[in-house]
Amino acid sequence: MLAWWLVSLFVGGALLMGWVATVLVFAAVSFIALREYATLVPTRREDRPVVLFVYAAIPISYGAIALDLYGYFLVIVPIYIFVGTASLMALIGRTDGFLATAGVLTWGMLICVFNIGHAAFLIRTPAAEAGPAGPAGLVFFLIAMTILADAAEAAGTRFFGRTPLSARLGPGRTVEGLAVSIAATGTAFTALSAFYTPLTLAPAAFIGFLLPVWAVMGSLVMAAVKRELGVATSSDLLPGYGGALDRIASLSFTAPWVFHMLAIFALDHF
Amino acid sequence: MLLLLRQIILWTLVRPFALLVLGFETRGRVHLPRTGPAIVAANHNSHLDTLLLISLFPAAALSRLRPVAAADTFTATPLVSWFSRRIIGVLPVDRGRPERGADPLAGCREALARKEILIIFPEGTRGDPEELGRFKSGIARLAEAEPDAPIVPVYLQGAGRVLPRGSMLLVPFNCFAVIGAPIRFAGKRPEFMARLKDAIEALRADAPPLRWL
Repeated sequence: MLAWWLVSLFVGGALLMGWVATVLVFAAVSFIALREYATLVPTRREDRPVVLFVYAAIPISYGAIALDLYGYFLVIVPIYIFVGTASLMALIGRTDGFLATAGVLTWGMLICVFNIGHAAFLIRTPAAEAGPAGPAGLVFFLIAMTILADAAEAAGTRFFGRTPLSARLGPGRTVEGLAVSIAATGTAFTALSAFYTPLTLAPAAFIGFLLPVWAVMGSLVMAAVKRELGVATSSDLLPGYGGALDRIASLSFTAPWVFHMLAIFALDHF
Repeated sequence: MLLLLRQIILWTLVRPFALLVLGFETRGRVHLPRTGPAIVAANHNSHLDTLLLISLFPAAALSRLRPVAAADTFTATPLVSWFSRRIIGVLPVDRGRPERGADPLAGCREALARKEILIIFPEGTRGDPEELGRFKSGIARLAEAEPDAPIVPVYLQGAGRVLPRGSMLLVPFNCFAVIGAPIRFAGKRPEFMARLKDAIEALRADAPPLRWL
């Protein structure tokens, strides 16, 4: 419990301290999550320099966020780090397991750096475009609604859960839980968005009622990943709450969703 | 004065590095000896192993902590030698064939008599990354000579990927230590060695899976 409050304190404090602190905290989160991922996935002995190169996605992406270069941010990870990773692997020259390793590394940097980076990039919204609570309010609202979506889904599953979303991944996430989360999170998002975002009612409802689908899919996908890797939690970073990868699973799916919808409906900056 | 410097290094460099860069996680920390004489026996894959083990101990124990290391590596130049002995607290041991009548483990015996905590890597070398090599028998002779000293088995994972032998490139991966219940010398040396190796192998089951193809 203490560890969880410490994380809230860190993220909340960073949001209050401004965009520099926020970008640094998110960069640290990306690093910790990517390191957990790199530790658990299969890599080849020769790939150590490649893994180091993948870590370079973090300073470069967050550098683009700090410099407010959205166009650069969009192409760094999915194109240039991706191409660089594959090139470096080809130069090293081991071919067995080439595609598997290239895929595994690319997947990790998309989830841990590119997707999570969208949450951090919201802090660079110009104050005039952001809602009444400023850019920090946007980031806070995204995180709070994602946590609510997870919590409502867990509570719904606990009290009404019958039909697993995926029979193979077990009874942890259910259709009933998702329905409860859609109702609760959608209502809360629509009701509160006027305080945190510049959205009007209809777009807010659209984003809010679909957000739990992304959140639940994010954690379901991470559950599948952990099942393949043979672990229950990604690490013991927050005892009782798992590791960084466990905690960012939902956010890695909700962040791009909320970011792009805000960009379409309200923000001219992106 | 030097101890204060060592404690400052522990707090500002060793522990932050272990926790922030290497995401160091520990299981079974209660088994760690607080007072000497004691021997901490761990598998060895990287120079970082010593750093990780030292980071686990309270600052107050620093003056009693003696990592046993190869004299040929750690006393190679005067500067390295000074840093190893004075700052890390290394107890150098000659790896070569000893002269007649000389006891290469005399320094270790004396340290145990002074109630110090030895850190020993029974493989005697870092070997192939993330693989457990053959144990050398020195630790069994020490344990036999000093039956009061508990031997604490530790399984270390990850440092061999972060900084393996022969590499200068540091790549962050999470590191783990699983610390087991102390064992004591009993029976004959080969039996004890097998028991120690089994204990460290068994601790591996508590560490997260490692897939290095």
